[in-house]
Amino acid sequence: MMIALPSLPRKYHSASVWALYIVGFIPAVSAFYLGATGQLPGNAIKEFEHLLGIWALRFLIATLCITPIRDLFGINWMRYRRALGLLAFWYVVMHFSTYMILDKYLDFASIIADIAKRPFITIGMAGFVMLVPLALTSNNWSIRRLGPRWNRLHKLVYVIAAAGALHFTMSVKVVGPEQMIYIALVAALLVWRLLRSRYNQWRRERARPSYGAAQ
Amino acid sequence: MAAYHPPKIASHEITPESLFMSRRAFMGAAAGSLLLTSSAGAIAADLKASPSPFKVGEPLTPEKDVTNYNNFYEFGMGKGDPAANSGDFKPSPWTIKVDGMVAKPKEFGLDELMAMPLEERTYRMRCVEAWSMVIPWIGFPLAGLLDKVEPLGSAKYVAFETVVRPEQMPGQSGYFQPLAWPYVEGLRLDEARHPLTILSVGLYGKTLPNQNGAPVRLVVPWKYGFKGIKSIVKITLTEKEPPTTWNRSAPNEYGFYANVNPAVDHPRWSQATENRIGEGGFFGGSRRNTLPFNGYAEEVAGLYAGMDLVKNF
Repeated sequence: MMIALPSLPRKYHSASVWALYIVGFIPAVSAFYLGATGQLPGNAIKEFEHLLGIWALRFLIATLCITPIRDLFGINWMRYRRALGLLAFWYVVMHFSTYMILDKYLDFASIIADIAKRPFITIGMAGFVMLVPLALTSNNWSIRRLGPRWNRLHKLVYVIAAAGALHFTMSVKVVGPEQMIYIALVAALLVWRLLRSRYNQWRRERARPSYGAAQ
Repeated sequence: MAAYHPPKIASHEITPESLFMSRRAFMGAAAGSLLLTSSAGAIAADLKASPSPFKVGEPLTPEKDVTNYNNFYEFGMGKGDPAANSGDFKPSPWTIKVDGMVAKPKEFGLDELMAMPLEERTYRMRCVEAWSMVIPWIGFPLAGLLDKVEPLGSAKYVAFETVVRPEQMPGQSGYFQPLAWPYVEGLRLDEARHPLTILSVGLYGKTLPNQNGAPVRLVVPWKYGFKGIKSIVKITLTEKEPPTTWNRSAPNEYGFYANVNPAVDHPRWSQATENRIGEGGFFGGSRRNTLPFNGYAEEVAGLYAGMDLVKNF
């Protein structure tokens, strides 16, 4: 049943989480370097803004993959989930800052008008606002402090991921395969949340040792 | 009929010719070194054109940006796709069929088009996506071509059509196609006959690169870039307003007129300002205010006297 993956020795666990943070920031850092030195082609600011947005969505999707990977393949990558979620948060922060500072030159009247008038920006902004409490409570102290409420609060990530995929899809002139793939991924991962308890129960029943069954 | 006034250019805005020429020599050398390393198909040939008074007093957008940052969905939806995917496109031989409400319908070969009185015109180009360029086009007034076919008095509009060649244009084949082909555009006849409206056959002193709409494309500098239909094979004079591709695709976002207008937002973004391409990275440029009719109001505003430009966006 379980995929045999060589498991990472426990002593490397926390190092691997830190490595994920470092690797996770590479796209942003390298694109910032290219953009700041005039090496991003064409519309450098838009390229950077879009790159940050798409990576935010990818990290959100990665966070949502942790549970299904454990359910379906028995691989426990739970230790990486906080890092993935916080990476998503920081990419959204950078995406929004790039829009505000580099793209809009801190023209707040125009920024507020954008957020109020343009549905795709309103949805993106709503996703960002919902991410803030999740980022603030992504620490052990908050988990202990909030108890079962922490779980309920962090279910917001489902809404946020949907908002992110929608924000991306609504922002383009023609909805193409790329947007459809992100929508499909988010939809599949959310649908899994509805199915997983039934699936896990079915698997537990099947795994219950019956007579003569080989392990 | 609105009178035409040539553009007024302040003397301090005019780049001295020696500077302009030395810059072009540099660009030529840069482009030459680029060609050595690029695998792109058709190589643009040098093209002679007489100078014209139509010259924007702003720095030119570097040639590498003009030829590598394009919207030409027939070759893909990414900005770099047209440059990357247009190597197999054959812009020659070529003909444009001009028909419809004209006394003398005619098919023009590429030689005839290249034999028109070619001028170099430096125009601003404002994309509907809120970015802009300054491009030294080579071309001739569309009016010159229309004169040869003698439009009938009943003709009111001009419809344009892009070539359909799925085997040479990857965006026109495969499972997902972003738009309905052929790409079609249109102008009112008085817009089409306006002296600023040109058919372009070149840029930066060379024939048009495939990704910019080889061998011949429309340039209407006071309208959003998508009006500048590329790789034209057919021009039809009509009585009724012809359909246009982006208007069909999203009628609430793209109108028939598509005049550059900072006061009328695109539903998803403001058109008040624009980002000039190729000004060097994050901190090199600044957001500019978009000008009514892209800075050509003096010449063209009269075409729309009495019209509601919010309704006719």
